[in-house]
Amino acid sequence: MNPYIPVIVVLIFGVVLGCILSGLAYFFGPKRYVKEKMDPYECGVPKVTGAAEKMSVKFYLTAILFILFDIETVFLYLWARSFDQLGWLGLVEVAVFVMILVIGYIYIVRRGALEWD
Amino acid sequence: MGTNFGVDLTSLLQWNQFTVDLVAFVLKFAILAGGLLQIPPVMVWVERRVPALMQRRRGPNRVGIFKWRLYGLLQSLADTIKLIFKEEVVPDGAHKIFYHLAPVFCVFPAFLIACAIPYGPDLKIFDYTIPLSVVRVDVGFLFIFAISSLAVYGVSLAGWASNNKYSLLGSLRASAQMISYEIPLGMSLLPIVLIYGTLDLGKIVEAQSSFFKWGAFTAPASLLLFVICMFAETNRAPFDLAEGESELVAGFHTEYNSAKFAAFFLGEYVSMFVLSALASTVFFGGWQVPFVPYESLVAMLGSPNIAAIAGVLMLLLKSTFFMWLYIWVRWTLPRFRYDQLMSLGWKFMLPIGLANVVGTAVVLAVLRFK
Repeated sequence: MNPYIPVIVVLIFGVVLGCILSGLAYFFGPKRYVKEKMDPYECGVPKVTGAAEKMSVKFYLTAILFILFDIETVFLYLWARSFDQLGWLGLVEVAVFVMILVIGYIYIVRRGALEWD
Repeated sequence: MGTNFGVDLTSLLQWNQFTVDLVAFVLKFAILAGGLLQIPPVMVWVERRVPALMQRRRGPNRVGIFKWRLYGLLQSLADTIKLIFKEEVVPDGAHKIFYHLAPVFCVFPAFLIACAIPYGPDLKIFDYTIPLSVVRVDVGFLFIFAISSLAVYGVSLAGWASNNKYSLLGSLRASAQMISYEIPLGMSLLPIVLIYGTLDLGKIVEAQSSFFKWGAFTAPASLLLFVICMFAETNRAPFDLAEGESELVAGFHTEYNSAKFAAFFLGEYVSMFVLSALASTVFFGGWQVPFVPYESLVAMLGSPNIAAIAGVLMLLLKSTFFMWLYIWVRWTLPRFRYDQLMSLGWKFMLPIGLANVVGTAVVLAVLRFK
């Protein structure tokens, strides 16, 4: 049996379970609409500003850096899997690859992309 | 021969490899899913009793059946029933679809990963061998990373859809933290792949056949990195910035209540268990009993099936230790500050992880390629 068929079955089960859990209170709980109750939580006072405030650009930067570095990690996995077959050549190539990565890393550290204030 | 989807339909009526696999899959999955659903109630109870013990209080000890209080074990059951019958308050202005979808994204990745973990050595029933993992994926590590990344969607959708600034801030923090620590998490497991030469979790466990071949001994730096990332990935103390009560109320699930709140808890505790089981599998020999190789275990217990049960219990014991560690650390260490958290991840763990990979590779190359 193809091992990915069970994966799909489990995926469907997980989603259905999540939906059931998510919907339980909708069927069993009472529903009484009060305008004030439906306000977003704000420590008990009427809300002053909306949720979509300005937020730090650092979060976007983190996301971009994550994509870069995570892809490097995935590349390294393929090399690590066939480490024995690739031998010294593979090691040298990965060393060059990691060196370029480190140069990039030093650059982002020097530019202060990782500083949070 | 009526074939359908590549399956010979007449062959479904007798025992062969396919039907055995099918029945085994259904049974294994039913047992696993049933077991995983028991984790949150028990863990919530443990997590309230243990700190009570540590702080010399009593903790929940009242709820029981009639006169038997059972140390308050049924408190979680009572809480669950209460949560299900609560009114569901969806804040005005919330994004309806994403608000309801977010708990789903928190629940299913944990279940998927739990299925890929090898829980024990193969069962041998008649002529069929049944591996004790629900899904046997030969690229185990890549599968786990791919799926575990999906949990970030739950957190970020929950915060964004709630129309609440605490939720939004909490979810931004949590998702930035989760993706930041995913990189050291990936790097911490690379030396393991280098050493054992496979991405298959089952084969990694088999390779750790003797005590000193365990990942904890062959790659100690990886173990340290992995355990730190484990705490950060599940947003647990000391990295629970996302729900720093004093500043962000409850973080991304501030606006969630009733059964959806329970769904977030289910996702959190199941993923805690999954990471604990993964740590035991990769670094502590999985189902291997310490000092007893599999062959002697089978010889000692008389049958591979009993040995398989012993293996499952061993893995659960090892995972229980990590679950305990989660609670222990939570009540021992203070919370980090956000900038400390990010610089720990990016400026400390990432370079060390990279150096660990390169160092392991060089040492292995000198040892292996003459």
